Amino acid sequence: MSKETVIQLKDVTFSYYVEDAEGNVTTNNDVDVKHSEKRMALDGVTLDIEKGSFVAIVGSNGSGKSTLAKHLNALLLPSSGEVLVCGMSTADPDSTWEIRRRCGMVFQNPDNQLVSSVVEDDVAFGPENLGVDPAEIRQRVDNALNAVGMYEFRKKGPHLLSGGQKQRIAIAGVLAMQPECIVFDEPTAMLDPSGRAEILKIIRGLHEEGKTVILITHFMEEAAQADRIIVMDKGRPILDETPAALFAHAGKLQELNLQMPFGASMAAKLRDLGVDLPEGIITAERLAECLCR
Amino acid sequence: MQIEVRELGYTYSEGLPFATTALEDVNFTIPGGEFAAIIGHTGSGKSTLLMHLNGLMKPTKGCVLADGIDINEKTKEAREARRKIGLVFQYPEYQLFEETVLKDVCFAPKNYGFTPEECEEKAIAALKLVGIDPDAKRDVSPFELSGGEKRRVAIAGVLAMEPQVLILDEPTAGLDPKGHRDILNMVEQIRRDRNLTILLVSHNMDDAARMADRVLVLDKGHLAMNGTPREVFSHHKELHEIGLSAPSSSELLYLLKEKGLNVRTDIFDEDEAAREIVNALK
Repeated sequence: MSKETVIQLKDVTFSYYVEDAEGNVTTNNDVDVKHSEKRMALDGVTLDIEKGSFVAIVGSNGSGKSTLAKHLNALLLPSSGEVLVCGMSTADPDSTWEIRRRCGMVFQNPDNQLVSSVVEDDVAFGPENLGVDPAEIRQRVDNALNAVGMYEFRKKGPHLLSGGQKQRIAIAGVLAMQPECIVFDEPTAMLDPSGRAEILKIIRGLHEEGKTVILITHFMEEAAQADRIIVMDKGRPILDETPAALFAHAGKLQELNLQMPFGASMAAKLRDLGVDLPEGIITAERLAECLCR
Repeated sequence: MQIEVRELGYTYSEGLPFATTALEDVNFTIPGGEFAAIIGHTGSGKSTLLMHLNGLMKPTKGCVLADGIDINEKTKEAREARRKIGLVFQYPEYQLFEETVLKDVCFAPKNYGFTPEECEEKAIAALKLVGIDPDAKRDVSPFELSGGEKRRVAIAGVLAMEPQVLILDEPTAGLDPKGHRDILNMVEQIRRDRNLTILLVSHNMDDAARMADRVLVLDKGHLAMNGTPREVFSHHKELHEIGLSAPSSSELLYLLKEKGLNVRTDIFDEDEAAREIVNALK
């Protein structure tokens, strides 16, 4: 194996419902799930994620994307199978904190992730809890805020910031932990188009610096920027390909209620109308280039 | 019901050092039965505007008229007018709270003093309108429903008031593409069935172009544009300057035009745009 694996899932299953010996059903991890959903939220997931890669995970609502994400830093533990993060099993309680430091997570709603009334205190929260030396905390907080372009806002109250800015603070909070891997669970779902563009640019930048990035999203334009896209359906990864290869299966994606990025969908329409276009077009910019050659 | 906004202005913390003007001199009229989309950057004043439209916030300047009645007057007519303007917030499912779906949808009519029978009748009609089977779901806890169903029940809670104006703040946020389409189809269906005036806040220019009769563009608390989708999206450069864009098809056509291809740019439908490109290439 030439590339190092950061995260490894071995035949992982997970159900939010647990049945005890007498057949009494209780919910796992105190999660509120509807009764009709006693099926497996994850149903035999085996995956390797390489160090430094940028992986997007897509799938319709209820396909298991977020459940999968929560397994990557021990927020949920598998009902069976094993999740290894940097070689440590998430099932081992002694590794939990080290796993969470190495694999940070950014969620959908920025308001649920900010804990302090001053931006820089919020970013310092993680390293403070790790007992990092104060001088180093200062350094880490400044670096993290610079990395997301929010240094000048360090003394402000998070409640005075826009959604995109708050999400950048949440990312800075994760960066201050100096993780190797960051999982983004629909980080742009609540943002407007310019907020989305801001966050995507930061995510790409982190990937370019060598961080392993896992991005869960409904927006195919965002997924298209990854090296690899995993499509989840009913708790299983059913497609695992490069963006260009994935968007060649227009029909299959439609069956799964997924949307092609605009450029790819338009290119398919134009091919149907007899326009000669190369394969692998994903963005409108690339499509325009090919059309005007 | 017609909504008219006249010289509307709102300043947060007026008179204090931190006073911030959120809306300034906003004027527009939405005739009864029209579908208007409101677009604008975060911080452009969209939410502040919405909260003025049913009296949740009171203007510091100007007024909001519903069929000619100033909704902020302290009269019975004004109160009645406010009741006819339903506002669906973002992520409305977070506001569900009752033990059963039916009780939750009954909450608003109950507060307005309708009899239990009337409340139930209104709630059942509203559930049907949002595509939730009242017989199967009325006694279910709203918290056992799927995300999409919860959102529908929350919208039914507003429709049970039998509003004549329905205001929706990004009703598709966080839904997958199918959920997104389903909710928008539902909005169109409700509009046809009840002949409602609709105001939809959206970040999706394709939806705004496809569904709306009128597009209102807010920028820094001002109404920057007001017109049909065709008129508004023809101001391509101005939209980009305020951080917005045209629908995807139109954006592609602008890109092609820049590169010298002779195409129309006022097409918002993908299939139509594809045909236009094929014709231009010939």
